[in-house]
Amino acid sequence: MHLNCVVNGEPRQVDNVWPGESLLYTLRERMGLPGSKNACEQGECGSCTVYLDEVPVCACLVPAGQAQGRRVRTVEGLAEATQLDPVQRAFLEAGAVQCGFCTPGLIITVHDLLRRNPRPTDEDIREALAGNLCRCTGYEKILDAVRLAAAESEVR
Amino acid sequence: MTTRMIGEPIPRREDPRLVTGQGRYLDDLGAGALQVAFVRSPHAHARIVDIDVTDALDVDGLVAIYTYEDLAAADEAGSSHLSEPLPLLIPHPDLTHPRTAYPLARDEVNHVGEPVVMVVATDRYVAEDVCDRIRVNYEVLPAVVGLDAAIEATHLVHPDIPGNIGAHMVQERGDARAAIAAAPHRLELDLEIERSASMPMEGRGVYARWDADDRTLRVYTSTQAATSVRAAIAAKLAVPIDRVEVIAPDVGGGFGVKVVHPWPEEVLIPWAAMRLGREVKWTEDRREHFISSAHERGQKQKVRVGFDDDGRLLGMEFQVWHDHGAYTPYGLIVPIITTTQVLGPYKPGAYRGEFWSLYTNTVIVTPYRGAGRPQGCFAMERTMDAIADYLGLDRTVVRERNFIQPEEMPYDHGLVFQDGRGLVYDSGNYPALLDKLKALVGWDSFAEYAEQARAEGRRVGIGLACYVEGTGVGPYEGAHVRVETTGEVVVATGLTTQGQGHQTMLAQIVADELGVPVERVTVTTGDTRRFKYAVGTFASRTAVMSGNAAALAARKVRAKALRIASEALEVDPSDLEIVDGVVRVRGVPSSPGAKTEIPLSTVAVLSNPLRYAFDAEAARATQFAVGGSSEEPPVAEDDEPGLEAVDYYSPPRSTFAAGMHAAIVETDPETAEIKVLRYCVVHDCGNLINPRIVEGQIHGGVAQGVGGALYERMVYDSAGQLLNASFMDFLMPYASEVPTVETDHLQTPSPLNPLGVKGAGEAGVIPAAAVFASAISDAEGFAITRMPISPSELFELRERFAAGEIPPLRSRSGHISGEGRFVRAKEDSR
Ligand code: FES
Ligand code: FES
Repeated sequence: MHLNCVVNGEPRQVDNVWPGESLLYTLRERMGLPGSKNACEQGECGSCTVYLDEVPVCACLVPAGQAQGRRVRTVEGLAEATQLDPVQRAFLEAGAVQCGFCTPGLIITVHDLLRRNPRPTDEDIREALAGNLCRCTGYEKILDAVRLAAAESEVR
Repeated sequence: MTTRMIGEPIPRREDPRLVTGQGRYLDDLGAGALQVAFVRSPHAHARIVDIDVTDALDVDGLVAIYTYEDLAAADEAGSSHLSEPLPLLIPHPDLTHPRTAYPLARDEVNHVGEPVVMVVATDRYVAEDVCDRIRVNYEVLPAVVGLDAAIEATHLVHPDIPGNIGAHMVQERGDARAAIAAAPHRLELDLEIERSASMPMEGRGVYARWDADDRTLRVYTSTQAATSVRAAIAAKLAVPIDRVEVIAPDVGGGFGVKVVHPWPEEVLIPWAAMRLGREVKWTEDRREHFISSAHERGQKQKVRVGFDDDGRLLGMEFQVWHDHGAYTPYGLIVPIITTTQVLGPYKPGAYRGEFWSLYTNTVIVTPYRGAGRPQGCFAMERTMDAIADYLGLDRTVVRERNFIQPEEMPYDHGLVFQDGRGLVYDSGNYPALLDKLKALVGWDSFAEYAEQARAEGRRVGIGLACYVEGTGVGPYEGAHVRVETTGEVVVATGLTTQGQGHQTMLAQIVADELGVPVERVTVTTGDTRRFKYAVGTFASRTAVMSGNAAALAARKVRAKALRIASEALEVDPSDLEIVDGVVRVRGVPSSPGAKTEIPLSTVAVLSNPLRYAFDAEAARATQFAVGGSSEEPPVAEDDEPGLEAVDYYSPPRSTFAAGMHAAIVETDPETAEIKVLRYCVVHDCGNLINPRIVEGQIHGGVAQGVGGALYERMVYDSAGQLLNASFMDFLMPYASEVPTVETDHLQTPSPLNPLGVKGAGEAGVIPAAAVFASAISDAEGFAITRMPISPSELFELRERFAAGEIPPLRSRSGHISGEGRFVRAKEDSR
């Protein structure tokens, strides 16, 4: 099929897409956007999390065909020009990254959490993050990053 | 003064790329490369009868199918060595029956997941379709699964290895059995710890390209040991090593599993790339990672101790049955570490450590963060608790009485450690660590809290565990430091990085040694084009090994910079200092352009006499610009052009870090759910280079420890099928499961290395299982002897406890005595 969708604000057309392939595969292999990661292909780790029409999804579970005519936003599309998104900045400042493999998915998840709930409690944060696996950080500094991003967006 | 960088919790230099999706991991490279999938054994033990590929041949997009026969044919036709077993990486005289796998199975498979056929196709979907159509006929053989079956040896994994015993090793200091027999009190414990695995978020992967014109092979691999993979590829494929480049790109976690090398795939993918003259890539999927990489932990243990009325150890005998899986590429490292590091911060009296390393028809066992130490720590700390309970003493008191004291350092245990060197602790202050831990967790006021909780119908318990970790094992690492003519400093070290922030940590060291802002230092790791001599990243060794090597190399560069600057400024080098990238006369206020200072960038220009000028900087070093004596050669006899240096650090032996953890848990009286109320860590890894990075390492380690204690295990059925080979069924902790970690540090510098540092990478994970066993035992009133523990297992133990099958802790039953009775603190919790 021809897949037409808007990715990170840009209209894209990709030919010869097999409608059953995962959106993650299409993004990574056909659109040159390897930022979203593949760590399980089973919807368990959240490394592949992207926005589909502003709803975070596991791109490994979404057939590419479902993105037809819709908007996709990945970690590559979060920063505006050279201006990092506050969530990305908070990850830097809090030291929330180690190997970075889980990071793209977590950043989308946190971004979504703070849009829905700008002042999350610790419980809210842990709950919201409970679909994203990180094997490196023990989550502590990721939680710090969420708190920091929440505090900063409150200031703005 | 330039702000001192060592010791500063600066943000990591690597992160801006990683938070914007610009990290480049193995699978992000090689768009357009051919893709590989493997047919892997569905049986734990079987003979391969035949392989039929007929149905697969007409799949569109198929490029090649390879079996063992193709490897043998290639060896015959050329000079490759692919039909031989993979190398035994760490031979040991006591490993009397080593066995390693063939890159593709020859006539027998020994675990589910062993690679049998390699398929190369235009993409992974096609490659997997081809795999589905290949028929392999097996004659299934009886599988040996679990330590009991291995010990029983009714069936053998390898028919020529009697008793399934790969190795039997004993280390002894003094006569432990006699000391135990003569002791006033004795205890015996039977313990068990199950299998777990490193399970990095990024699996393994290899991408190879062969440049036929240049006759160069470039291999990207998600490895912890790039230089070793390079050597292995050169040897196996018979390519001159000079023509092989191995690069570890961004690596999404390792934790040990990526230090095994070469993995079969690491030689097969480059081989296919050379053979086909095409780029070839393989990316492991999650199921493959579960069934064909490596696991760790699985051990059964028996401890016998003799002790005096005060709880002081007089003798200890420690026996371990270690399940090493189907093959032994990594030798005996894990059980050697278990049976030496079991000693922790204690003086055991006479000690005898003994292990049997046993074959089973399961995935191989190689180091996973902690590498045998969590098992050793579990054994010793369960023992300390048992002694305390037996004598009715506080658990911290018994530990204190057995500690090696700071004034006894260096302390020689009289045993041989995993690096073949003496087990000699270099420094440490265990009593001070314990004081800090008690204060942090509120050890002395816990009884009151527990009392109150009990009154409310809640069950809470406190536990602790102490460990000593040999870190920074040799033989060596090196580093190259160069100041470019722009003033930028480039550093390279050969070992690899998997997310530990090495690039930041090493930049901090070099910035301090050279006197340049840290922003001007760029570090490359794990790229054999940049640095060819290295060992690898494991055993918490990077800060110690590459850190000190980088410091030494930077010191050489500094000395050279001062020498060149002293000539230019006509000042004695000892009057010069380097501040913010400028060499200047000490004590003279900075004034750019004055004859009292010269930027490092200019020194770099002057260090390299030039014939040709490409820019204004270079023009200053050309022959008519520099002048000078026409009698002396432009580069002095004992000098070299360039402001750069290489140096190596090779320690006499490991340096020993230490730490102590405590946890407070609550167990639900009805459901047996185990809740972690608090988790406290005190930690001593010598001087800290970047406290924030160290803290991150501890947090990550603790999370893996929590996983290993409460959730993670490899569930094999009796046929050797791994039943939980997915993230759905292998329960790694999410943010919802990991407790907040409270930390405190002690800094006892290592006297062994110039920076006074010790390793920190594995610390967090080591004592966790022991801590939770201690805390849950305290909450429940009976001893936990097997980890991990799930709520349903705890529930079952409670029922058996209620039925009188499990004895209560003596301190709970009011049955405390000092009489010299032999007590079996034994229980079989299955
Ligand atoms: S890769 Fe999509 S959830 Fe794991
Ligand atoms: S930072 Fe490595 S998995 Fe999260």
